Amino acid sequence: MRYSALRVLKEALTGHQGWRPLWRDPDPRPSYDYIIVGGGGHGLATAYYLAKTFRQARIAVVEKGWLGSGNIGRNTTIIRSNYLLPGNEPFYEFSMKLWENLEQEFNFNAMVSQRGIVNLFHTDAQRDAYRRRGNAMLLAGADAELVEAGQLREMMPFLNFDNARFPIKGGLLQRRAGTARHDGVAWGYARGADARGVDLIQNCEVTGLHMENGRILGVETSRGYIAAKKVGVAVAGSTSLLMQLAGLRMPIESHVLQAFVSEGLKPTIPGVITFGAGHFYVSQSDKGGLVFGGDIDGYNSYAQRGNLPVIEDVVEGGMALMPMIGRARLLRTWGGIMDMSMDGSPIIDRTPIDGLYLNAGWCYGGFKATPASGYAFAHLLATDRPHETAKAYRLDRFERGYVIDEKGAGAQPNLH
Amino acid sequence: MRLSGGVIDRSKPLQFSFDGRSYSGYAGDTLASALLANDVRLVGRSFKYHRPRGVFSAGSEEPNALVELRSGARKEPNTRATMVELFEGLEATSQNRWPSLKFDALAINDLFSDFLTAGFYYKTFMWPKAFWEKLYEPIIRRAAGLGSLSMQADPDVYDKGFLHADLLVIGGGAAGLMAALGAARAGADVILADEGSELGGRLLAETDTLDGKSAADWLRSLEGELAQLPNLKVMRRTTVFGAFDHGIYGAVERVSDHLPVPGNRPRQTLWRVTARRSILAGGAIERHIPFRDNDRPGIMQSSALRAFANRWAVSPASRVAIFTNNDSGHCAARDLLAKGVEIAAVVDSRGDAPQQGDFRVIRGAMVTGSKGRHGLASIEVSRPGGSEWISCGALGVSGGWNPNVHLISHHRGRPVWDAELHAFVPGPDLPKGMTVAGAAKGEGSLHAALRSGAEAAMASLQQLGLRPEALRLPEVEVREENLQPLWHVPGKGRAWVDFQNDVTVKDIKLAYQENMRPVEHLKRWTTLGMATDQGKTSNVTALAVMAELTGKSIPQTGTTIFRPPYTPISLAVLGGGDTGTNFRPRRLTPSHQWAKTKGAVFVEVGQWLRAQYFPQPGEAHWRQTVDREVLATRRGVGICDVTTLGKVDVQGADAAEFLDRLYCNPMKSLKVGMVRYGLMLREDGHAFDDGTCARLAENHYVVTSTTAQAGPVYRHMEFARQCLWPELDVQLISTTDAWAQFSVAGPNARRLLQRVVDDADLSNEAFPFMACANLTVCGGLRARLFRISFCGELGYEVAVPARYGNALMARLMELGVDLGAVVYGTEALGVMRIEKGHAAGNELNGQTTAQMLGMGRMVSSKKDAIGAVMSRRPGLQLETRVLVGLRPLDPAEPVVAGSHLFAEGAVQKTENDQGWISSAAFSPHMASAIGLAFLTNGGDRMGEVIIAANPLQGQQVAMRVVPTVFVDPEGERLRG
Amino acid sequence: MLIPHPLLGLRDAQEFTYLGDAVLLNRPDGLAEGAPEAFNEYIYLRGNPAGVHRELWFHEQGDRSWLIVTRNTLTHEILHAELARDVALKAKAGAV
Repeated sequence: MRYSALRVLKEALTGHQGWRPLWRDPDPRPSYDYIIVGGGGHGLATAYYLAKTFRQARIAVVEKGWLGSGNIGRNTTIIRSNYLLPGNEPFYEFSMKLWENLEQEFNFNAMVSQRGIVNLFHTDAQRDAYRRRGNAMLLAGADAELVEAGQLREMMPFLNFDNARFPIKGGLLQRRAGTARHDGVAWGYARGADARGVDLIQNCEVTGLHMENGRILGVETSRGYIAAKKVGVAVAGSTSLLMQLAGLRMPIESHVLQAFVSEGLKPTIPGVITFGAGHFYVSQSDKGGLVFGGDIDGYNSYAQRGNLPVIEDVVEGGMALMPMIGRARLLRTWGGIMDMSMDGSPIIDRTPIDGLYLNAGWCYGGFKATPASGYAFAHLLATDRPHETAKAYRLDRFERGYVIDEKGAGAQPNLH
Repeated sequence: MRLSGGVIDRSKPLQFSFDGRSYSGYAGDTLASALLANDVRLVGRSFKYHRPRGVFSAGSEEPNALVELRSGARKEPNTRATMVELFEGLEATSQNRWPSLKFDALAINDLFSDFLTAGFYYKTFMWPKAFWEKLYEPIIRRAAGLGSLSMQADPDVYDKGFLHADLLVIGGGAAGLMAALGAARAGADVILADEGSELGGRLLAETDTLDGKSAADWLRSLEGELAQLPNLKVMRRTTVFGAFDHGIYGAVERVSDHLPVPGNRPRQTLWRVTARRSILAGGAIERHIPFRDNDRPGIMQSSALRAFANRWAVSPASRVAIFTNNDSGHCAARDLLAKGVEIAAVVDSRGDAPQQGDFRVIRGAMVTGSKGRHGLASIEVSRPGGSEWISCGALGVSGGWNPNVHLISHHRGRPVWDAELHAFVPGPDLPKGMTVAGAAKGEGSLHAALRSGAEAAMASLQQLGLRPEALRLPEVEVREENLQPLWHVPGKGRAWVDFQNDVTVKDIKLAYQENMRPVEHLKRWTTLGMATDQGKTSNVTALAVMAELTGKSIPQTGTTIFRPPYTPISLAVLGGGDTGTNFRPRRLTPSHQWAKTKGAVFVEVGQWLRAQYFPQPGEAHWRQTVDREVLATRRGVGICDVTTLGKVDVQGADAAEFLDRLYCNPMKSLKVGMVRYGLMLREDGHAFDDGTCARLAENHYVVTSTTAQAGPVYRHMEFARQCLWPELDVQLISTTDAWAQFSVAGPNARRLLQRVVDDADLSNEAFPFMACANLTVCGGLRARLFRISFCGELGYEVAVPARYGNALMARLMELGVDLGAVVYGTEALGVMRIEKGHAAGNELNGQTTAQMLGMGRMVSSKKDAIGAVMSRRPGLQLETRVLVGLRPLDPAEPVVAGSHLFAEGAVQKTENDQGWISSAAFSPHMASAIGLAFLTNGGDRMGEVIIAANPLQGQQVAMRVVPTVFVDPEGERLRG
Repeated sequence: MLIPHPLLGLRDAQEFTYLGDAVLLNRPDGLAEGAPEAFNEYIYLRGNPAGVHRELWFHEQGDRSWLIVTRNTLTHEILHAELARDVALKAKAGAV
């Protein structure tokens, strides 16, 4: 069923009898060519591109909860391609280009809104670092602008320019960055994959990986054994646990990241603002809530909830940057489990097990990567070759010393 | 209309305004009760359809009656009128409507509601592509949102505090009061927190007698006793908003929100309460029964009608009806009747409903519709065999009670379904140390609440190891609810489940039809439960509707858990008082005061505030100042406060061995009285930090780190000492703050220092380059002297106890007048270190290696130092970018840090990128801009011309690759 | 969170800086055969269990002790805390 304004009109006039399910609820078949473990954004996007772009069939996504219950369902919705390193920037720019045509492509309004992102800087050294980054973005075909304090003041007069502990000297602006409706992205991919014959199997937890002679043959699930020629794992937050089923140890730690939303407000801030000196970033949703966050809590956790000091720290950052938000109220906080890799960058690669592929280590940057991650993972699954923009995301890069460390923090996941 | 009685103070009338019109109420009123007393039923508009809305509840779960409170910088959007205590001069304004509350242009949405069903926006607004940001989204954003911010900084003050207790009792109703009393009498340290202004909870809203006394009298005497217990702290107007790990609870006390302005007290205080045990006695929330057009102003919870009548002596109308599926609706009718309100009918879905008062009971019936444009005028009542319209100005609805299980799920524990109560109740999986009591546990009738409160106290005392005393429960009437579930009234038309977000039974049906059935899909597809009440008034009802559609039971359909905060809390109180320039601590250097008197311009360097440069009269531009400072230093002598560098004292018999393992270059061979440059690697082989290592005595070293890494380096050293090599005899202490340290550099540095040191021979023979010593200065002041230089001149660093730093700076400058002494700041420091080719933060950015810094050979392969093994990984060894110097071919051209490097003629794209400029400055010494850069195969490219591209700012500059050292490459000045 | 410091009693976790898996105590011998492989495991392949985890915390805003805290990563419950130095010394004594 194709969605359109006309369709909405027609259904409205005929009592909405014609709306079909967004996707089926199939039972698992005994075998597939491809099983994608994880029905979050990356898993769903992978299935979608496998079916659509790479023309593969007999594909299933197995999800232990509900579709979109991964970190795609609990993030702060920011999309951007403002990375420094050549291992990253072309990939995220590829993702941005996919975002720009996504909704028309999968016929679902995911509310991709290119309202811009500003990374504020507060010292000359930070300006130098952002200049290096902005230039790297331009060289990779992305957009970037260096904005000085005066221009920023015009764009965002509500920022604290005059009474700040860390005076704002300017910012790196990417106008094509912005936000997207996170659930809408999951649903658009799910619906598109389902329409192309992908079986999306919910409430289906993988409990074991069946392997023989170093080759994967299928997965044990809470809904029975399913054979597969290739298995792609995209279970951010639980990567270590799942790969343990294959006897593999991962350069990943699971950490909790809290996110926050305020009560609905009339339009308050224009785009996305990040305040590195205060560990705070914010945007405003179409519904009017200020959506914001800061640092991870900093300790290994699978609890999907954080603690009060970080809540205070994040909001302090917000108040320091934008004192005018003081009378708004915090509506809800939540925590998601991040796949924090040892260099802060992701992994899209084969594994030592034949037929077992890995998509992991997205830290807290996975949402913006969803389209490119799905595309690149599908490319790898279908062709056994890495996608042009994802060549650096190898699993053996740690051992070989080709880390992609944007922050220069070293093998310390909670600092990335 | 105002009724008789109530717990308001009629001797204190208060004037207030709503939407510019003046009204009056009494002390003790809430804004909601005062508006109802003035017959104002229409107070807001819904989020999506802009439907007229009135007060729905009498508590913090209120979804409809949200207003902008106060004005100017104190404007507070989305404020629940039910929780605002009336004060003199209160100003409230309706929100989310234009141009006025009565005539809201966007009410047109309601006419198009058939188009605006759940999820409609995912299906359209996709064409033409560019229209989303330009047209659709701006319209949606303006229409969405609720209230608006003032966009001004909040003028009020907020505070933060810490409390510790044996027991935290959350909720001061019947159960909470018994729990707190029982525990406090037994000697436990108890905190009793309640979100309301008065203790009592539902006791204030109902008409029970306790021990034959009215609730008000009973409460008064109980509060008298509570006040006598020194180990009990009662916190009114305090919302416990979250349960965190290890018995930590977050609470917000609204210290002065009930006052016109806070005066000199904080507006609100954030409390972090650490309690060994807690008792949750947060009550229950009455649930609604959706029916067609059930959202008109005047339709509310039956319990709210009752609370308004009993506590605040108001009724939304003179003639009211009740719609119920249990006995509590009848109690409401009885109370209202007693206050002189006409009861149009009690519509009870139960065929066997009791007759509890002198009013009409319509049994086996349901409300199936309503009329009234801006307020309820009549309801349609249907039962088998017929229907009738009954006129009434208000309708109280009671569909039973949802225990308030919010806090129990903050650790992700799920409530469980109680088939007898037809409600979710707390399950076994509670935050550690928590017990639940009263209506929050499903024990909602007064006798049960009192008993369960007392029992919870006993259980908690036992856990605390305290001996409980027997607690006598007051005698009260025993009542049951006799509920027969009715989740919604079937039929056509729209029946609201989530009032604020305009989610109707139809929307849930559509979600079912479109297979958005898992509860999380239902929520996200329809926005159900995502309004400011977070589903407190809607989630369970929605689950029941979905269960009906799927044919599953309610618990099979899903449960609902809540996330902190319990009710929305202001960002200002969470941000505490640490705002503006107090956001982070500010560290001042020892010579700060002196620098200030000399007119220094200061700059933020991490936590530190350092002198950036010292402008002199007549200098129009900072560059002029910096050039002067640099040239004067290189010509005479310059002094700079370098205290911010990290300093660690290392002592012990194994100190040499310890340092040898810590630095990648050899340290064991360092002689007493000498200093060596040291490079630390991270264990992953990348450069971590650099500094100097001075051996002051056989077993005594002082090492320095960069300013930025002072903390991490010390932490790393302690890790190595305690975790890696605990067998080594070595002790560490950070002395960054203990010693003031000054760089004294320039051709006249020795002459100047000789004037302050006591009896020490500073000649090149006695105190050569890289020497160090303990000595005294200025007549007996202990000091440390290091002959090291960052700027390339004959240089020293002299350290004295921090409290003498300011004086030493002044003394050096005084004594150096004839030597051309100049003070310089971080800017000149930066220029001179670039001129000398020293790496700093921009080069040691965590991504570089010893090899890239040109120090690859320093990494000793003969010892097992931290990072040595991993520095030999192929990725690090094969990295060819190394640090070089750059000079523009045309000295007038700029060198810009952050530029990327390309071969001449190469297409400028990522694939051809050959490095970047890490640091740049104008060198007065070279009379040209210069830079340090990491360049591919840089070591082999001396003299080559490359392009520095800064497309971000439209710059392309041809540069010549030169050695990193621009000043005195042979190092003669250093050693002279 | 509250961390039961073996010397100082319950202290707020905010006073501490977190490092990670306590396996970081077992630094391989950099001069031994197979050091590159051993270091790769040591640095990059740390434990990440959903459940009981032994981990390093530094009492940075306190007495500057490194602690090994045994904590459940699913519930955040802390089962035990000890001085890392004691553990390291014991381990070295055992190894000899």
